Amino acid sequence: MIYLQLFWVYFKIGLFGFGGGYAMLSLIQHEVVEKHQWITDAQFTDIVAISQMTPGPVGINSATYIGYIVSGNSVWGSAIATFAVCLPSFVLMLLVSRMVLKYKENRWVNAIFTGLRPAIVGLIAAAALSLMNGQNFPDIKSIIMCAAAFVAVKFLKIHPILMIVIAGVIGFFFFKPVQPVSEPIVEVVRSFHFGLEGLG
Amino acid sequence: MKVCQAESISLHHYLQGYTYQMLKKLKIYFELFSVFFKIGAFTFGGGWAMISIIEKEVVGKKNWISKEEFVDALAISQSLPGILAVNISIYTGNKLRSLKGAIVATLGTVLPSFMMILAIAIFFTRIYHDPNVVAVFNGIRPAVVALIIVPVFSTAKSAKIDKTNFWIPIVGALLIWLLGVSPIYIIFGAAAFGVIRMLVRSR
Repeated sequence: MIYLQLFWVYFKIGLFGFGGGYAMLSLIQHEVVEKHQWITDAQFTDIVAISQMTPGPVGINSATYIGYIVSGNSVWGSAIATFAVCLPSFVLMLLVSRMVLKYKENRWVNAIFTGLRPAIVGLIAAAALSLMNGQNFPDIKSIIMCAAAFVAVKFLKIHPILMIVIAGVIGFFFFKPVQPVSEPIVEVVRSFHFGLEGLG
Repeated sequence: MKVCQAESISLHHYLQGYTYQMLKKLKIYFELFSVFFKIGAFTFGGGWAMISIIEKEVVGKKNWISKEEFVDALAISQSLPGILAVNISIYTGNKLRSLKGAIVATLGTVLPSFMMILAIAIFFTRIYHDPNVVAVFNGIRPAVVALIIVPVFSTAKSAKIDKTNFWIPIVGALLIWLLGVSPIYIIFGAAAFGVIRMLVRSR
């Protein structure tokens, strides 16, 4: 029963989730936190934080995580929610992209795409602008990192994946959080590091 | 004796050719899967950050779709509901090997985050409070923003932005960023604009 519900809720999220990850988040929150009360607001914030720190689309991440919790820690819950969130767009994408490939020369299809193409550039720009916030850019270091990464990928043709790895390594050494995170586990980890420093 | 040998050689060659054909057939699926697995495994910060990786791999390295078609694929993926990265993998998979290709590419995109999140859900829910992990992501996040700025320029080129249509991306980006307009309205508006302009011009 809970599997059916999971399937239905994530099918709906997949069907009405327009505009990518962050637009999808409010829909997920509405269904999973407010309507079904499967998880609490705090748990939802946890999932968003985890999604930001793990690779992959946030829609998939939340489906996998919530599916696992809601089904009483079952991998099947994860699998069903993830499958359900992909299913609507899978069917629609197949139909529409086949239609477009077939009617590429049609003047109506052409007209629609001449309007859409420049708008897509604007959409990507909007995504970049909305990420230029205090959370991602707390100091001058992070601005330099962004500028350097831009030059490296755009002009030096560094592979984006390599760039992410390099940025992670630089972050590990130079981007330590200024304020300690007040969580018990952090205290344990920090004292462990101080211990190492003392040894060194 | 000679006949027998000749037969066995031809059978051997036949089998060799057959396995070769089979492997050749399977190779494209393996490539599709591994490319999108790589894309799924290294995307931080949502679908838009994926675009520069997808462009590099699918358009640049593999040449599966052209630069111009890539913008069209983005337009379709963004016009339909669902996860951007998954939608682009469905488009590419479908173009190369129809339904089976679409399934393989989608699995490739979804599996890395599925396995990762499952592992986190099962083993360590609170990994993200570790200051080392926080430090790594403090470094990655600004770089990801750069990875989203790069395709603004490359898609502007492929979308043939000129003095007649340069205002569309600017107005669109400002409406979304400053006024919080949903991207789907920008998409509908731009599609309608394209149709209206064609009708006016053809008159």
